[in-house]
Amino acid sequence: MSDLTKLTLKGALDGLKAKQFSSTELTEAFIGAIEKANPALNAYVLTTFDKAREMAGESDRRLKAGEARALEGAPLGIKDLFCTKGVRTTACSGILDTFVPPYESTVTQNLWDDGAVMLGKLNMDEFAMGSSNETSHWGPVTNPWKSNASNAPLTPGGSSGGSASAVAADLCLAATASDTGGSIRQPAAFTGTVGIKPTYGRASRYGMVAFASSLDQAGPITKTVEDAAIMLQSMCSHDAKDSTSLPNALPDFSSFVGKSIKGLRVGIPDEYRLDGIPGEIDALWEQGIQWLKDAGAEIVRISLPNTKYALPCYYIVAPAEASSNLARYDGMRFGHRTEAASSLTDTYELSRSEGFGAEVKRRIMIGTYVLSAGFYDAYYVKALKVRRRIAEDFVNAWNSCDVILTPATPSAAFQLGDTEKAADPVQMYLNDVFTVTTNLAGLPGMAVPAGLDSKGLPLGLQVIGKALDEGTTLAVGAVLEKAAGFTHKPSQWW
Amino acid sequence: MAIDVATVRKVASLSRLRESDERLESLAGQLNGILGWIEQLNEVDVSGVQPMTSCVEMTQPLRDDVVTDGGKVADVVSNAPKSLDGFFIVPKVVE
Repeated sequence: MSDLTKLTLKGALDGLKAKQFSSTELTEAFIGAIEKANPALNAYVLTTFDKAREMAGESDRRLKAGEARALEGAPLGIKDLFCTKGVRTTACSGILDTFVPPYESTVTQNLWDDGAVMLGKLNMDEFAMGSSNETSHWGPVTNPWKSNASNAPLTPGGSSGGSASAVAADLCLAATASDTGGSIRQPAAFTGTVGIKPTYGRASRYGMVAFASSLDQAGPITKTVEDAAIMLQSMCSHDAKDSTSLPNALPDFSSFVGKSIKGLRVGIPDEYRLDGIPGEIDALWEQGIQWLKDAGAEIVRISLPNTKYALPCYYIVAPAEASSNLARYDGMRFGHRTEAASSLTDTYELSRSEGFGAEVKRRIMIGTYVLSAGFYDAYYVKALKVRRRIAEDFVNAWNSCDVILTPATPSAAFQLGDTEKAADPVQMYLNDVFTVTTNLAGLPGMAVPAGLDSKGLPLGLQVIGKALDEGTTLAVGAVLEKAAGFTHKPSQWW
Repeated sequence: MAIDVATVRKVASLSRLRESDERLESLAGQLNGILGWIEQLNEVDVSGVQPMTSCVEMTQPLRDDVVTDGGKVADVVSNAPKSLDGFFIVPKVVE
């Protein structure tokens, strides 16, 4: 029965509908796999097996009665950033370590309304601030992939490291994730999985623990492009509870998977050819270009001149918004309150200092600094102007291309406890160099596994689409997926 | 625009964070590293550019001014560090 965990989401949904197995059988298979793997991988920070069995039972009843919904009986993992009613949600921060939401996020509600089954909550960097899952209050996640040159544990990336690790290790059919600067796409690339961040506003932010509200966007991590389309269809919706939620109707995302890209103009940005990037990344990019050419696409050289300013711009905008969003953690109404205080200011300062981890504090302080009197114009307003320049680069690019192809990450997965990256925050931030531009511009971006490096580790390519054009993004992703024929899986060492 | 330990202490206080002197010292180094890296934004000509506050081109949606939710006192205080009879118990503010 353990083979059931190897199914894709689409394969499992088809099998359930054809009554080849029940949701209960499928759910038990995942429970068994999680119990075996989680002590080694730490992908789940909370399992909800009783709830999963209950939901699977209801799905089996519906399947039997012919009342199956879009995701009926499909066991999923939920990033611990999404509030789940009555189920502990911590955003993997010590300040929320006992928080039990009295309400459900819109994204997860959409999944339950479509019949999905919740296996548990997935590990992540604290408040989604990190690129290696090492800032989690519950400890780092281990990548199921290992280098063929060393036995050292690798990072699955971050912040959605638990989601990526769980999908890659077959500990759920698919997972929810979120992306503020690359937090879906970088972990997907590091684990040989597919990750898509839709257009900003497609998925509701209601009930998603906030990091940087103008950048945060939910999306799935899945085994295939087709699965990503299925998950996206369910996760996205217009929601009156989120004032930046888009009212635009959703296309049938799955209909784009397998669609011809003949004649499509694919932009290759000059500025993404960075110094110091491993040759294997460049070679994979060239391979990707060739695959799209072979599929009939027209390759166009484009320029996104402000690309190099995207990361520094992000590291003003995101911390500024974070410092405001995280002001709510004051130890008064919810979250950790210190036992050690004697005055009100003491209570605020000690509760926050005890509750937040080092990276979160660092970003709150950067944000506070760039928003403070005397520096607001020089840093924050300046960054907002640069952000517009970056967004305009894309608008100009769309005059000559329909979609953009880039590498997903500047390297394959690196070791947990990388001392160089730990000592220099900027080194860690550079992980998002290829992904962060789409967050600033609000565009859809998808990472697709495209090959292995010389150490046997997965590498991904990124497809960037026009606003609201997830469809073409998925179509190109599916072409890459098919051409790459990426069927590698990590060996089960756990 | 290097920032010193005194500035970091002030920023920590504005952020309602308390850090040891030792930590402030290392934070000053890290923040200088990050801010130094951010300085490259000065190379960008942004004259005449409007700040971009949102990547969604839409007007702020309005809803009818009616009550749609409420009466959930138990839910509201369910995660309170301390509460009594539907009220939050907070530290004494006025001495």
